[in-house]
Amino acid sequence: MWSVLDSTRDDHVDGIISWFDYIASRPDDILEATWAHAKITLTVIVVATVFSVLLGVFVQRRPALRAFALSVSGIFLTIPSLALFALFIPIVGTGNEPAMYALFLYAILPILRNTVTGLDSVPPAVVESAKGMGMGTLRQLARIRLPLAWPIIMAGIRISTLITVGIAAIAVLVGGDGLGTYIQSGLTRLGLPNSLESVWTGTAFTVLLGLVLDAALAGFQRVTTSKGLRM
Amino acid sequence: MSQDAKIRLDHVQKKYLGSKAPAVDSLTLEVPEGEILVLVGPSGCGKSTTLRLINRMIEPTGGRIFLDEEDVTTVDPDHLRRRIGYVIQQIGLFPHQTIAQNIATVPKMLKWDKARIAERVDELLSVVGLDPEVYRGRYPSELSGGQAQRVGVARALGADPEIMLMDEPFGAIDPITRDRLQNEFLRVQETLRKTIVFVTHDIDEAIKMGDRIAILGEQSHIRQIDTPERILAFPVDDFVRDFIGSGSTLKGLHFEIVDDNVELDPYPTMTVDSTAAEGLALARAAHADWVLLLDASHRPLRWVPVDELEAGGPVTAESGTEVLAKVSLGATLFQALEQMLVSSAAVACVVREDGSYHGVVRLTYLNRVIRQARREAREHYERLEAMA
Ligand SMILES: Nc1ncnc2c1ncn2[C@@H]1O[C@H](COP(=O)(O)OP(=O)(O)O)[C@@H](O)[C@H]1O
Ligand SMILES: [Mg+2]
Repeated sequence: MWSVLDSTRDDHVDGIISWFDYIASRPDDILEATWAHAKITLTVIVVATVFSVLLGVFVQRRPALRAFALSVSGIFLTIPSLALFALFIPIVGTGNEPAMYALFLYAILPILRNTVTGLDSVPPAVVESAKGMGMGTLRQLARIRLPLAWPIIMAGIRISTLITVGIAAIAVLVGGDGLGTYIQSGLTRLGLPNSLESVWTGTAFTVLLGLVLDAALAGFQRVTTSKGLRM
Repeated sequence: MSQDAKIRLDHVQKKYLGSKAPAVDSLTLEVPEGEILVLVGPSGCGKSTTLRLINRMIEPTGGRIFLDEEDVTTVDPDHLRRRIGYVIQQIGLFPHQTIAQNIATVPKMLKWDKARIAERVDELLSVVGLDPEVYRGRYPSELSGGQAQRVGVARALGADPEIMLMDEPFGAIDPITRDRLQNEFLRVQETLRKTIVFVTHDIDEAIKMGDRIAILGEQSHIRQIDTPERILAFPVDDFVRDFIGSGSTLKGLHFEIVDDNVELDPYPTMTVDSTAAEGLALARAAHADWVLLLDASHRPLRWVPVDELEAGGPVTAESGTEVLAKVSLGATLFQALEQMLVSSAAVACVVREDGSYHGVVRLTYLNRVIRQARREAREHYERLEAMA
């Protein structure tokens, strides 16, 4: 075991080597946990995106509903995550499900807020001319308003993704899987061999997954955003 | 009320929700096919509201609107708008679409086939003076204000609508570019012959663009509707007179043309073959201080003053002073006046197409024309009044 206070350079090096050994001895397990983590995250984000964008479109021009939706989804973020996760156990049992419901609630606000802001940012003259050429409400939304709001919505999706990747590590406490299992098993065995290596692995791969997903979304944003908006 | 108006508003009223007075109050108006009708008036008088009622961007709270004598207050507004070109001051190009995609908006909704749309886009870019090769693939952010407004006009012309509504289309553009766009638009309109309602708050733009002008007061009440010539010659009341502002007489000269119908004043002329004495005799007979010297092809050459002729000697191409003030047949009296102001003899020399001398325009002549225009306009309104 190595601690920050009484460690020497050699202790650090030993620690890192032993961590690498730890990883090298179980790559399949780690990848599996990472994949499970990614699956939870992506499912939550896809559902939250569809839900929040639709909700955002619906409330954007309805001031009372809009304020209500934004404050409720803001309140979700203030509920401690463990409590929120546990809240769903009586309803859906243990496993990934309660975690995903809770993560979904957390993911709403950034996407909802950015959808509303993005739609606000569409110049009124653009909508006026679209309407003036005979575009119906749905066509205006699909062809003009959402594409113009898209970069801002994507920014919200990326923030939600990062939040979800991080908080999903707690899913293990309500019986879920993912990289949280490494953190939890390490923490419960603290002091025993490989306990810190386990915590490190869980943490590092969670961060890594967050970076990879963010980079992937950045790429997705690039190909789905019109060149006219990037200039 | 004629039955062949392209656009007809019949006691149209618009009262916005929550406002006490209507923004447009009982407006009755006709626009015949192929005409540019300009709605002009002070800010907030209801011009934009009136325009937006025609393509039902907003719904009237009273009265009826006819296009081709069809009551359009009940048809599907989206389909109606695809038949009407709409240009606004802020243009509103779609920033995420290329210029070609922008222009293709309405044809695409009307389900034209791809080849026809592509052909139409290139044709329209050429019409508004933009090279299709250069511009069709560009994005709106790569255009100057003037270019963007050209694209705005091209986009409104997309599916060849018979009617165009233009709300201060050149209002946000610098004066030099605006002048050029106005001229180009008028040139395009000469061949397209769209029926256009054009909104501006600038009386000079109204005078320039309008076949007819409706000067609107509060709540879109028509204070005077007529040709620019007649409004300039005879403003019906102080409101209109104030709105036109000073210089209306001068502006009116833009509408008087120097042509064959006008009897021009004669002026003593001589050629290089004649002697000074012959020239002097002509000048004396006409009580003129100058004689106009013409070349062998009868083109104005020099103004020769009487005292030079009195001195005798040969009259050559170097005698007197150069003839600077020349206008062609077909020029406006405004141009003629500008020339008179720089002319040594205080007259503008009118030449035919081949450059040969036709006559001169003097100040007394302008005066005669102006007074005649005023008299005719007044008589016109007196007749209208007598009929009412
Ligand atoms: N959407 C609206 N709601 C309420 N009042 C409006 C609206 N649009 C315009 N108005 C009012 O109607 C009047 C006429 O406006 P407008 O037609 O835009 O005038 P103009 O184009 O001549 O400047 C103004 O008093 C304006 O404040
Ligand atoms: Mg206006």
